[in-house]
Amino acid sequence: MDIPSLTIDSIRKGLLARQFSATELAGEALRFAEGENPKTGAYLHFSPERALAAAARVDERIARGEDPGRLAGVPVAVKDVIVTKGLRTTCGSKLLANYIPPYDATAIVRLEQAGGVIVGKTNCDEFAMGSSNENSAFGPVRNPVAPDRVPGGSSGGSAAAVAQGTAVVSLGSDTGGSVRQPASFCGVVGVTPTYGRVSRYGLTAFASSLDHIGPFSRSVKDSATVLGVIAGRDAADSTSATAPVPDYASLLDGNVKGLKLGLPVEYLKDLTGESGELIARGVEKLKTLGCEVREISLPATDYAIACYYIIATAEASSNLARYDGVRYTVRSGHSDTLADMYRNTRGENFGAECKRRIMLGTYVLSAGYYDAYYLKAQKVRALIARDFARAFEQVDAIVAPVSPFPAFQLGEKVDDPVAMYLSDIFTITGSLAGIPCMSLPCGKTAEGLPVGMQVLTRHFDETTMFRVADAFEKAGAV
Amino acid sequence: MSSSASVAPSAEVISRYEPVIGLEVHVQLSTATKIFCGCPTSFGAPPNTNVCPVCLGHPGALPVLNRAAVELAILGALSLNCQVRAHSRFARKNYFYPDLPKGYQISQYDEPLAEHGFVDIVVDGAARRIGVTRVHMEDDAGKSVHDGFKDSDRYSYVDLNRSGTPLIEIVSEPDMRSSEEAYAYLTEMKQVLQFMEVSTCDMEKGHLRCDANVSVRLKGAEKFGTKAEVKNLNSFRFLKQALDFEIVRQIALIESGGRVVQETRLYNPDLDETFTMRSKEDAHDYRYFPEPDLVPLRIGDEWLAEVRAAMPELPSRKRARFVELGLREYDAEVLTQTRAASEYFEVAAGVSGDAKTTANWVMGDLMGTLKGEGKEIGDSPVRPEHLGELVKLIAAGELSGKLAKEIFPKMFATGDAPTVIIEREGLKQISDSGALEKIIADVIAGNPKQVEQYKGGKTTVINFLVGQAMKATRGQANVTVVTELFKQKLG
Repeated sequence: MDIPSLTIDSIRKGLLARQFSATELAGEALRFAEGENPKTGAYLHFSPERALAAAARVDERIARGEDPGRLAGVPVAVKDVIVTKGLRTTCGSKLLANYIPPYDATAIVRLEQAGGVIVGKTNCDEFAMGSSNENSAFGPVRNPVAPDRVPGGSSGGSAAAVAQGTAVVSLGSDTGGSVRQPASFCGVVGVTPTYGRVSRYGLTAFASSLDHIGPFSRSVKDSATVLGVIAGRDAADSTSATAPVPDYASLLDGNVKGLKLGLPVEYLKDLTGESGELIARGVEKLKTLGCEVREISLPATDYAIACYYIIATAEASSNLARYDGVRYTVRSGHSDTLADMYRNTRGENFGAECKRRIMLGTYVLSAGYYDAYYLKAQKVRALIARDFARAFEQVDAIVAPVSPFPAFQLGEKVDDPVAMYLSDIFTITGSLAGIPCMSLPCGKTAEGLPVGMQVLTRHFDETTMFRVADAFEKAGAV
Repeated sequence: MSSSASVAPSAEVISRYEPVIGLEVHVQLSTATKIFCGCPTSFGAPPNTNVCPVCLGHPGALPVLNRAAVELAILGALSLNCQVRAHSRFARKNYFYPDLPKGYQISQYDEPLAEHGFVDIVVDGAARRIGVTRVHMEDDAGKSVHDGFKDSDRYSYVDLNRSGTPLIEIVSEPDMRSSEEAYAYLTEMKQVLQFMEVSTCDMEKGHLRCDANVSVRLKGAEKFGTKAEVKNLNSFRFLKQALDFEIVRQIALIESGGRVVQETRLYNPDLDETFTMRSKEDAHDYRYFPEPDLVPLRIGDEWLAEVRAAMPELPSRKRARFVELGLREYDAEVLTQTRAASEYFEVAAGVSGDAKTTANWVMGDLMGTLKGEGKEIGDSPVRPEHLGELVKLIAAGELSGKLAKEIFPKMFATGDAPTVIIEREGLKQISDSGALEKIIADVIAGNPKQVEQYKGGKTTVINFLVGQAMKATRGQANVTVVTELFKQKLG
């Protein structure tokens, strides 16, 4: 069995034709993943017992002649910020090095109900804060395409696992680009659905009003299938949407003729070099498929980075308060007072980036600063959302770059956090607007580094987003 | 020596000052489950058993607002004459404490549930209206336990059963001008909220907690003085004592040339004094911001109307109505202390048709007996319909007061209707003159001396003769009929 070439469809066919059982597949996928992992460090830990139990359930369903589910037997990797009952969930942090959650995230429940087989938990930046996966307490992840380079972040492990072929699909989380940017760096598909489309119940919170769970895959169709499984209203998440969930995967007919696409002029002016050329060629390809492409303007873009790093850090400073040494986290062993216990536990165990963001967020929420920062940022956020709403009066989808540059060298940017923040510009705007956006492979640089293209659509119109991406993918290399 | 130990001001000095008091009251809502998860709110469960990922603050867990809690909070707000906002919002109040598992409390800040209410009180015969600034919802923290466990000298223990219990915080205007007014305000509020079954308001269980903001100023001054917040007022008595202490402390301080500093003080009931807990400089910056895990709370006209329609009559309204029924103010007050008592009375009075006599029975025999047995009126073995019947029988002359007093304990013991007991024990009043003729004749024959006295003009002797007849009938004879018969026979 050639694990890296599997798709959701090919697994389903193989299972129903009795070419292999889900249990056999799970065993082989686990062996393959464990063997390959030292090359990238994509996984933090594996879950053989859970995987084999899930596979056995799929085999039982097939034996009984029942539908084995839309993700029957599919090996799935899960970012280690999504909680899994009884299975260690570290969030890439020393604080949760020994944390065993007492419950499953809703997305996990739905994934397994559909027959998905969770093979392991993937590495990520600590509490999903970072753009290179170098902020993980458990070491970096290497890009499978270029091992001396980063896989992107924060969902670097989930992107790398799919790129490496050790999982067919994976789940990541995206707050400001943490699915789309690593998808771009690793040359896979990565999807950030509409805010509220997928329940956040069980997703460790970084910035609650921006956090999304989203899938990675090697094909557009597989991401569409996974999203169809995990999306939909969840009573456990008050912010989850009631909008009906279409069967995305069945709507991919490859026909995008007459679709109106917008190109944000504000993005293109900052995009130079090979990434810019590749995006330009991608746009040309979409034209040949019959799309009408026009320039649009998103004037508030200049304020997006500042706005994002105020809102996201404010919420993070509050969300990360619970890791205090009292309950399930590690606790510093040498403290004489309560204040010392807090100070030492958090001081010794949070990484530099988390500390930086907690301090920024605490500052912007402080008495006397709230109006100038947080409140102002919320107003800017509304302007950014309005920009998109106006653009979508003219176009059906927006096409944009994902990152100003392809995967960079490990260690290249660790000492310059601001440069790291600035590189999030193209993904952050969509996050702030809460609209669906995805990254899909758009070609490779001369060096062979993947470059992703972003497709963004109206709230809850993931269908159009997937249709554009699918047609693009079907049309072949740029 | 603390600053509070400066020379105690004289009564004359104290009388030149006017205290300004506002209260912040936390009330636990009587829901079966917590405000943001499905865990039970039951009191007294073993530590850390009524808990789940949400109220333990586990990573990824999210709050979901309990509709029943919102409805009770609305009911509470309406009972305090507040306007419920169509749009309110939850906010995070951030601070670190071991019994606060999320590192923040989910409360309401700039858009509370309800505003602009009032509570009417009467102190020393003077009616006053105390403004209620706002009512907002929030979740409670757990409890830190510092004593009574292994190694308590070195460890603190945390019980998170209470974490996530629904509360409302009721903030008053600084409208109270004496500890008596504060006492009356809290008493009235407690009664209303208990009556409406918004909360048990059981202070011992912490279902009602009170903090006070206190300042003093010279009478006639317009500006408020600097206030101190006094915490740990865990009984009505402590509230009054703490306020009295704090008022005198502040006056003494000012009189001795000092200044009141803005701070949080704790009341120590053992010493009956307040002491500094934290100064303004140490005050928390709670860094409130809108709770992103919850959608704004919208309370449309329809929902509000639903809650209003299901709202029981307010105790003040009931009180007025009872007085109109002929009850004395005091009786109306007693009978509206609890919803159960008022409802009992209303059912009984409805059956009897005699509100005043019914009130006497409820407050006298019934409440007395219940108290003796340690029972609440809600658990009364005597059903209100039955008590009403008893009063009706008396009013109709079918039962003497004396007989009724005999029957009541039997009703209490058996739960039977009075008619059933009368039937079973043959206790019906004898009013039939035919049946009484013979007894009258026997009494006359058996007491010639008294008969002689009566005929001689000492008419009061008739009472003795009536008494004899009553004795002969074991009290069942109708006194009026018997008296009338004696008069006829001897007249």
